[in-house]
Amino acid sequence: MIDDQLSLKTPEGVTIQLCAAGPVPRLAAWAIDLAIRALVLILLAVVFAFIPSVGGGLLAIIAFLLEWFYPVLFETLANGQTPGKKVMGLVVVHRNGSPVTLNGSVIRNLLRVADFLPFLFTAGFVSLLVTRHFQRLGDLAADNLVIYRDDTALSAARARVEEMAPDWQASREDQKVLVSFLERGEGLTRARRQELAQLAWPEYPAQEAERRALGTARHMVGEQ
Amino acid sequence: MKQGLFESRHEAEWQTFDGLLQKLESSSSRKAATLPQCDQFPDLYRRLCHQYALACERAYGMALQQRLNNLVIRGHRQLYRFRKPLWASLLQLLAADFPRTVRAMWRWQLCSLAVFAGSLALVWVLVLQQPELVYSVIDEGTLETMEYLYEPGSEVHDQRDASDDVMMFGYYISNNIGIAFRTFGSGLFLGIGSLLVMLFNGSLFGAIAAHLTNVGSHEPFFTFVVAHGAPELTAIVLAGGAGLRLGLSLLAPGPYSRLDALKLAASDSLPVVYGCFFLLLGAAFIEAFWSPRQFDPVIKYSVGAVSWILVVAYLLLAGRR
Repeated sequence: MIDDQLSLKTPEGVTIQLCAAGPVPRLAAWAIDLAIRALVLILLAVVFAFIPSVGGGLLAIIAFLLEWFYPVLFETLANGQTPGKKVMGLVVVHRNGSPVTLNGSVIRNLLRVADFLPFLFTAGFVSLLVTRHFQRLGDLAADNLVIYRDDTALSAARARVEEMAPDWQASREDQKVLVSFLERGEGLTRARRQELAQLAWPEYPAQEAERRALGTARHMVGEQ
Repeated sequence: MKQGLFESRHEAEWQTFDGLLQKLESSSSRKAATLPQCDQFPDLYRRLCHQYALACERAYGMALQQRLNNLVIRGHRQLYRFRKPLWASLLQLLAADFPRTVRAMWRWQLCSLAVFAGSLALVWVLVLQQPELVYSVIDEGTLETMEYLYEPGSEVHDQRDASDDVMMFGYYISNNIGIAFRTFGSGLFLGIGSLLVMLFNGSLFGAIAAHLTNVGSHEPFFTFVVAHGAPELTAIVLAGGAGLRLGLSLLAPGPYSRLDALKLAASDSLPVVYGCFFLLLGAAFIEAFWSPRQFDPVIKYSVGAVSWILVVAYLLLAGRR
């Protein structure tokens, strides 16, 4: 299994795969959030300039709230995603895959201070690199993960070819490889497909090897 | 069973589940509970888990496995979502959890208090003895502002109006609560950050108090700070104590691994951080709307005494069974 995948056993007894997000998309998400916060603050500063009596005080309060509670608000109310994370397709979850709770979100965002030290998220970056699932210090303390949101679907287009029963006792591994070949073959060039097929059928010419590989896979999938 | 047959048999069910998930994900938890299709959810989810396990076991294609994996994750997230009722837990926090947690970590809080009060007393005495020492703690410009602000008979406070009060309220909130949060967060590094904040703020307060006493402005100064000082200084010390607890969990994890000790310390000290937030909110309110009012010093000191007694009594007595 690829090592940035985290296998979790759910109470129902199935194993789900989570994919932790690395420093680059997270930095991008943070930058987007920073831009949004700055924009909101500038807009409000302009608006509050027209109410001199309480504007300054309100602006200070809102700046404070934006600095500390903007991520908490979105992470707890919007399925673990700040707008920046939403754009980057990231989501904050607890280590057991359940949605992040208020306390979890508060801990990870308060400890952003520690991650920021000594300058520009150095501590957090180092922590991201040395932990197995890209956790910064705040994530470690709150037992959180930032994972990729799971709406990516592999294409499952299957070429229509003549079925061909395998002439050997096909194992599950064989089946998995061949069906993947069938489903992902559309994205490869013909030459590459034939090259791959010839790894399994070296005794046939390229075209025949491809026909056999796809046909056998087709047989394994069966009727749709 | 071949994959094609498996897919065609369950396709409709997967689509129903996907639709249900989309509805649940887009609505708030309270509204989600009233969706009529919600009754089906656990049943559909269990069946999906079963089908996913079969798909993996029978080595169906990666695309199908991934699709079912994604559905299971999304279902898992909806089924095991948990949100405490906010108001009830807030009440519980203020009525019991906050003071209880403070008492439970009294060792850390005493350490924090000792560092803060120690540096405060030391600098105070030093500056009283050697007035020019104050310049090694605070720069001249700040001192001049301070002297101007707390000059006896100064008209600064009389000129304040409501808009200044609101302005200062906002400033105190963002500044003081920010300091408390940073004190806690920077404690993660073996408590050093928290200790530094305690040392720094203790010395600063001691230096200002002693200097203003030296120049004869102690009465305006102490009548100003006495009331809001109770929640404010207490909250800073408490945040420092929570930060120490966090940092020393890494240094001396006890029976746990360092990582587990850190997780435990973080969730244990969280009520204190929430509590500090509310204490500082109260402090900012008093500081902005009561402290600048000019009353007879006797009144100011009595209110200050009541404020200190209330804060200390709250921390020592509230939430005891």
